[in-house]
Amino acid sequence: MEPAVFIVSAVVVLSGALGVLLARNPVHAALFLVQTLFGVAVLFVLLNATFLAAVQVVVYAGAIVILFLFVIMLLGVDRADDLGIEPIAGQRPLAVVTGASLLGLTLVVMLVAVDGSTGVRAANAALGDAADNTRRLGEALFTDMVYAVELTAILLTVAVVGAVALARRLKGPLQPIPVEAVAAVPADEGAPDLPASQDPSPEGRSPDDTASGDPA
Amino acid sequence: MILAVDPLLVDGVDLTVALIVLLKAGLAFVFLLVSVMLVIWFERKLLSDMQNRIGPDVAGPWGILQTLADGIKLFFKEDLLPTNADRVVFRLAPYLSIVPAFVAFAIVPVGGDFRDGAGGVVSMFGRSTLLQVADPPVGVLFFLALSSVAVYGVMLAGWSSGSKYPLLGSVRASAQMISYEAALSLAIATVFLTSGSLSTNEIVIGQVAANWNILATGLVPFLIFLIAGTAELNRPPFDLVEAEQELVGGFHTEYSSIRFAMFYLAEFMNMITMSAIAVTLFLGGPAGPVLYEPVAWLWPTLWFFLKVVAFLFTFVWLRATLPRFRYDQLMDLGWKVLIPAALGWFLLIATLDIARDSGWPILPVVLIGVLVLWAGAALLAGAVAKARADRRDEADDLFGGYGEPSPTGGAGGDDRSRRT
Repeated sequence: MEPAVFIVSAVVVLSGALGVLLARNPVHAALFLVQTLFGVAVLFVLLNATFLAAVQVVVYAGAIVILFLFVIMLLGVDRADDLGIEPIAGQRPLAVVTGASLLGLTLVVMLVAVDGSTGVRAANAALGDAADNTRRLGEALFTDMVYAVELTAILLTVAVVGAVALARRLKGPLQPIPVEAVAAVPADEGAPDLPASQDPSPEGRSPDDTASGDPA
Repeated sequence: MILAVDPLLVDGVDLTVALIVLLKAGLAFVFLLVSVMLVIWFERKLLSDMQNRIGPDVAGPWGILQTLADGIKLFFKEDLLPTNADRVVFRLAPYLSIVPAFVAFAIVPVGGDFRDGAGGVVSMFGRSTLLQVADPPVGVLFFLALSSVAVYGVMLAGWSSGSKYPLLGSVRASAQMISYEAALSLAIATVFLTSGSLSTNEIVIGQVAANWNILATGLVPFLIFLIAGTAELNRPPFDLVEAEQELVGGFHTEYSSIRFAMFYLAEFMNMITMSAIAVTLFLGGPAGPVLYEPVAWLWPTLWFFLKVVAFLFTFVWLRATLPRFRYDQLMDLGWKVLIPAALGWFLLIATLDIARDSGWPILPVVLIGVLVLWAGAALLAGAVAKARADRRDEADDLFGGYGEPSPTGGAGGDDRSRRT
């Protein structure tokens, strides 16, 4: 039964990944991403990593992709993108080169160091005394790796505080945002706080310039 | 594999085992459909009683077949597809709503012998098994995962309709569901702490002999679970999602016929599942005394249903009693009250656990814990008050004291009082 489940979920994962690349509509691409994440969750279950599977769905499908969708919907970029425009010059050839070299590197590592990097050794190793996957994971996280966990927590807190500080409106009467700031921030984040009467761009930038911001 | 905890699947899978699993899944499916029918009738009838009306009384005795009649009517209605709709996603969304609603019930133990350490095992066709479709070791997390998937149905339904009201409704719904899921998870985490397991079966076993988690966790997580669960279900008083006066029907405005029926079904199914999960987590699930030995197998299921009906009654009661929250009140309650309270209580229970394990004197630990929580609450309240005052000053500067039309401020009343 295991090979059958593996093949089905592998097809789900790969077709989802292809869909993310090929879908013209950003919302469809996000949905294909959910499909891929689900397939990966099933693979986790197959590996007996049930906790990881559940967390994969809760965190990635339930929170992160939902946030993607929020951003896509709120920024109004949920139309098919015009692929003729290239925001950064020379980005596409560079992406092909980078992608190909990453793929090559991964293949070399996997083929040369067979059971070192593919995780075969870890997957085949004995589970030890406590068979409960979740308990073992919790023990590992909060004893051996407690510093890493705490550091990650601090990192996340800093990120939240930073986001709040960035989103905070300054005191005093509302000033037009300087042109450099509009250029530096991905346009869409800076703009919505302004009431309609305030022109965010005194230099007469057309709305089209700011609308094509990076949705990430 | 994920199902290995169930004694049914320990000795390998043969035809009988496969049939038993299929039978249980089929029974759960039929049970949910039938009970949704009854619950819709129950809600309408009870609501009309509370409002001094008669309610449905034509179809069948006491109008009990009203839902069936409505279902048949919906089935034969025209299925509309708006011109602006995203065809694929519009058709997909109802399924994304109803499938998690069905699947989530799989982890609920609906019966079984929990006396004398029997562990909820019953005998079925000569095999011992649990009276729940599946008992994954991460049971309750599975429920949380499915409830986070259910957000997709609502969100995509609103977006794909290609119209304003559904989009606003769905943005509200997903924001609300995501916010309250945090409080819900934290309340459930306290149960994990006292039960020491994520499996629903083991959580119920831990509550045998009336040692219910509602008392073991000190009532606060239960209340938070109840409030956050009501919000998660988008039921009154948290039904801003489909506030008729503001949003027409909310995210399903553009849906008709059988697709609308699917959303409707999913809503009530989620209500049943939420009640069943609450019973499992806090009220001992099907565990209970056997009062009449010859039908010993019946009692656990009976206790389970009685408790679930009590919850369903509460949901209807809330709907009949409470007026709807304003959106900023909703967000304030979720983020500034429920989440901090759930987190604080979780820490307190964890501290008590550690104190018990290390043999520290309980009373000073409780005192210090409560003191720390109180200090935290005071800090939070101070921060909220400061932010509110700042916002008010800012609004005065900006708009000459006419108050800020803030969607998230929650300072509406205070603004008005300062307008002199």
